[in-house]
Amino acid sequence: MVPIKLKGRTISRGCAEGEVLLSGDPISFLGSVDPKTGIVVEEKHALVGKSIKGKVLIFPHGKGSTVGSYVMYQLKKNGAAPAAIINLETEPIVAVGAIISEIPLVDMLERNPYEVLKNGDLVLVNGSEGYIELIKQGTGKIEKQ
Amino acid sequence: MYLTKEEEQILNGEAGETLRQAIEILVALGDIYGADRLIPIKSAQIAGVSYKTIGDAGLEWISDLQGKVKVPAILNPAGMDLEDWERLRISPDFAEKQKLIIQAYEKLGIHCECTCTPYTLEGFDVSYGDHLAWSESSAVSYANSVIGARTNREGGPSALSAALLGKTANYGFHLDENRVPEVSIDVGCSLQKSDYGALGYVAGKLVGSRVPIYHLKDIPEADELKALGAAMAASGAVALYHVDGVTPEARRLDFEEPAEKITIDRSQLEEVYESRKKVGKEPELITIGCPHCSAAELKKAAELLKGKTVSKEFWVFTSRELAKHYPEYIRIIEKSGAKVVCDTCMVVSPATNSYSCVMVNSGKAFAYVPGMCGAEAVYGDMEACVEEAVGRTAKKEGGSH
Repeated sequence: MVPIKLKGRTISRGCAEGEVLLSGDPISFLGSVDPKTGIVVEEKHALVGKSIKGKVLIFPHGKGSTVGSYVMYQLKKNGAAPAAIINLETEPIVAVGAIISEIPLVDMLERNPYEVLKNGDLVLVNGSEGYIELIKQGTGKIEKQ
Repeated sequence: MYLTKEEEQILNGEAGETLRQAIEILVALGDIYGADRLIPIKSAQIAGVSYKTIGDAGLEWISDLQGKVKVPAILNPAGMDLEDWERLRISPDFAEKQKLIIQAYEKLGIHCECTCTPYTLEGFDVSYGDHLAWSESSAVSYANSVIGARTNREGGPSALSAALLGKTANYGFHLDENRVPEVSIDVGCSLQKSDYGALGYVAGKLVGSRVPIYHLKDIPEADELKALGAAMAASGAVALYHVDGVTPEARRLDFEEPAEKITIDRSQLEEVYESRKKVGKEPELITIGCPHCSAAELKKAAELLKGKTVSKEFWVFTSRELAKHYPEYIRIIEKSGAKVVCDTCMVVSPATNSYSCVMVNSGKAFAYVPGMCGAEAVYGDMEACVEEAVGRTAKKEGGSH
């Protein structure tokens, strides 16, 4: 395997690794995600029924209410938050939510993460230094909850 | 983004975890919006207060913070009157959570006055050119537009971070180039009273988040500008507007007329007033004070209600400070059976959710009541609201009974 390391922009510091979960849809943490379990509950969402808990969650950007920042904090306290986040371009609700919840977040990677990463890949996100690294390729399938 | 040596140390955690997180938030937002540095602010006004809006998630975060704010900071309206919450039948569970939120803010040195009109408070002065970190959208609009101060529309955590550091990131409406009008609005009719709220409601949908400059036939008063800005910030996301020859930057700076022009005429405003026919319901609750009533508006409400008795539930929202300063107006209003309620409003209080149709004289409340309270909204001026409350229709239609 060719090692892949992509530089990006630091939004939220810290370092974590986990399995990739890709969402083509933007995420509103208020309303889309159950803060107790981390399961996506928004009907018609690309990730509906799937859990974001412990994942390296990749989505284009946030949407919806500013209360979403606090919901991310609640997810963290409930042990149901993603391990790390990668965005195409972060907006303030998710940026603030990730910082207060101490979830590492990097955006604006030098290559499109949707082209480079697959579901189940094991990825390290280093928010402090602003890069991500593919550690182990996965199967491309999402495990059932 | 450039940080001073001291700011770098805070970011590295040398001043504790709360300040490290606070500066990380400001730096992240600064990077997203291309700020060059942090700048000092004069005051902060912090959203995320009503338990109805922030829930347990917000309460947990605020309760976990440590430290004290560095600049004067006050709060957005809460979900209830903090001294007399039982009067609007707030549940004890809600009241308990709401009190915990207020206590958590108080512990951080925040002055727990909960109002969307901080610019009326003594000791919370704001002047032309001041940099602020305010959250509440109508207060942001008023500070930027009517006073000529400078603030972005902050979220709760970023305003609180700014208060804890006494600084904000230098981007958006802190910079001259983002304060220039982008669209011109020509209003073809004369305006009075709640026409300004109706105009804001219509214009906000057309303008989105751009900066408009109005050309008006009349010279609006401060309360009318307050209503205009509040409505635009609710139906759209307008944080700054100018009125040619009226607002301070329009008078001091030689703005070029924007290429894009919009015309708004009387028929578009009438559509807002026709809400009553469209809804086809009788208002069960009448509310004024969105944004919170000024001294002049309390006086007017007292004059209109003097010697009358309301036959419908009628709530008047204002700040606690103004209610304390004008006990005579409050006495007259409450003698009619209307209730003067402080620290909260019809939009953020759960009390409104138990009514199915609410009459308002505010373009902002008109925009928010359906979505936030699950009730139909009917629009009219303050006179019409009082007439509705004292039973004008009953007399007209019902004859002598």
